[in-house]
Amino acid sequence: MAGKTLTRADLAEAVVEKVGLPRNESQDLVERVLDEISGSLAEGDAVKLSSFGSFGIRQKGERVGRNPKTGEEVPITPRRVLVFRPSNIMKDRINKGHAKR
Amino acid sequence: MIKSELVQRIATANPHLYHRDVERIVNVIFDEIVDALSRGDRVELRGFGAFTVKHRASRQGRNPRTGTTVAVAEKFVPFFKTGKELRDRLNKLNGSKH
Repeated sequence: MAGKTLTRADLAEAVVEKVGLPRNESQDLVERVLDEISGSLAEGDAVKLSSFGSFGIRQKGERVGRNPKTGEEVPITPRRVLVFRPSNIMKDRINKGHAKR
Repeated sequence: MIKSELVQRIATANPHLYHRDVERIVNVIFDEIVDALSRGDRVELRGFGAFTVKHRASRQGRNPRTGTTVAVAEKFVPFFKTGKELRDRLNKLNGSKH
């Protein structure tokens, strides 16, 4: 699928244009937002952002995996994984956007 | 944490900004991500994760209650892949990195 890739810089640019803050401050704020979300998740607290979606944590137990190259069996340690559930608003906007193209 | 709590935390760390501006900043960031995805772009935030859109082809579905077949139209679904740094942070590996 063709398309550009946006990065932190593009999000900061949107803050510059739409809120009118200086570029370096906008960059700091974008970073801060991502950091607050990461920090909350690292503490095991889910993050719910209305009209965007929610980030949740799921605990995975130990299971047996296999090294795909050697075929060797290796244990996969229990771990916490992040799951993102998009909101219906986000899903609708993405489907409408693609229908127009 | 919900959005208003996120806004509150950012506002506390930036006392020179108006609360309503912090709210706008947070909304602008997430709107920009959704806008990008609806254009077919992807959003890659190193260390945090990447948002992409996956295509689901149309298919014959089945109503599980009645068993009748129904046509399911093609759709585009947002997908998030966790970044390496955040994944490690969730499992407290950040301190052991050399």
